[in-house]
Amino acid sequence: MIVSSVVPMLTAITITQIYVPDQDQALDFYVGKLGFEVQSDMDFGPMRWLTVNLPGQPDRAVLLEKPGPPSMSDETAAQVREAISKGVAGGHLFFACDDAYKTHAELRAKGVEITEEPVDQPYGIDFGLRDPFGNHIRIAQMKQG
Amino acid sequence: MPVVGAAAEDANRRLLRARDAMDRAYAEPLDVPTLARIAHISEAHFICTFRAAFGETPNRYLQRRRVERAMFLLRSTDRSVTDICMDVGFSSLGTFSRVFRDVVGEPPSLYRRRGPMPLAPSCFAMAWSRPSSFGEVRGT
Repeated sequence: MIVSSVVPMLTAITITQIYVPDQDQALDFYVGKLGFEVQSDMDFGPMRWLTVNLPGQPDRAVLLEKPGPPSMSDETAAQVREAISKGVAGGHLFFACDDAYKTHAELRAKGVEITEEPVDQPYGIDFGLRDPFGNHIRIAQMKQG
Repeated sequence: MPVVGAAAEDANRRLLRARDAMDRAYAEPLDVPTLARIAHISEAHFICTFRAAFGETPNRYLQRRRVERAMFLLRSTDRSVTDICMDVGFSSLGTFSRVFRDVVGEPPSLYRRRGPMPLAPSCFAMAWSRPSSFGEVRGT
């Protein structure tokens, strides 16, 4: 175990960001298929601040950010989108569930792209999937204790 | 002219689907026609576009995935080398031994002595432990 040498300053992870090339399509997937709720959807002119959270977990949100100007140039945005489409943009999300086989069956029925079937691991049962853009998602039914 | 923009991203996304299929179904005889169908790319262009996107041919990607899975099984189970060779999709022990030695730098039986591997979610373990060398011994 790693023991921190300083008094804890930070108390929670509140927002995690991933890049999505299309925010409406992202909502269809994260809300419509994975069951997130929209937490905030605000128009800041060139930027749409869009966060979602799981029902009952308002303190942990995922920011669905579209890469583009003025935050980055069109050329850089194209590179980010290319990385997403190759699955290497770093948008990994890990979730817990109560029943991996049931969740897997429900998501499969909704047409979600499963990349790895449920596997019994020493830490639990988990499976993998991708969002429509290439971001990687993993869902685990963790073992107790 | 290379494909750029939205068309390239769409092609990458479909190629990623074919690569995911290799990660998932590595033990099956996945040939180019099968993979090209998954990616909705013509057989004639599949190898070339896959290589442009991921830096190696689909055949090499699959061979290294099979070797990675063999490395995992050698260190995590007590199954025989022959069984593991078949489990990961090789049909001949001779080919398996040669490819394994080329990629890893030592034969399966010797590699096995390294003992159990540390634990990580399998997708990360698979992404990070697929050997990147081919036909040469990696510098250590």
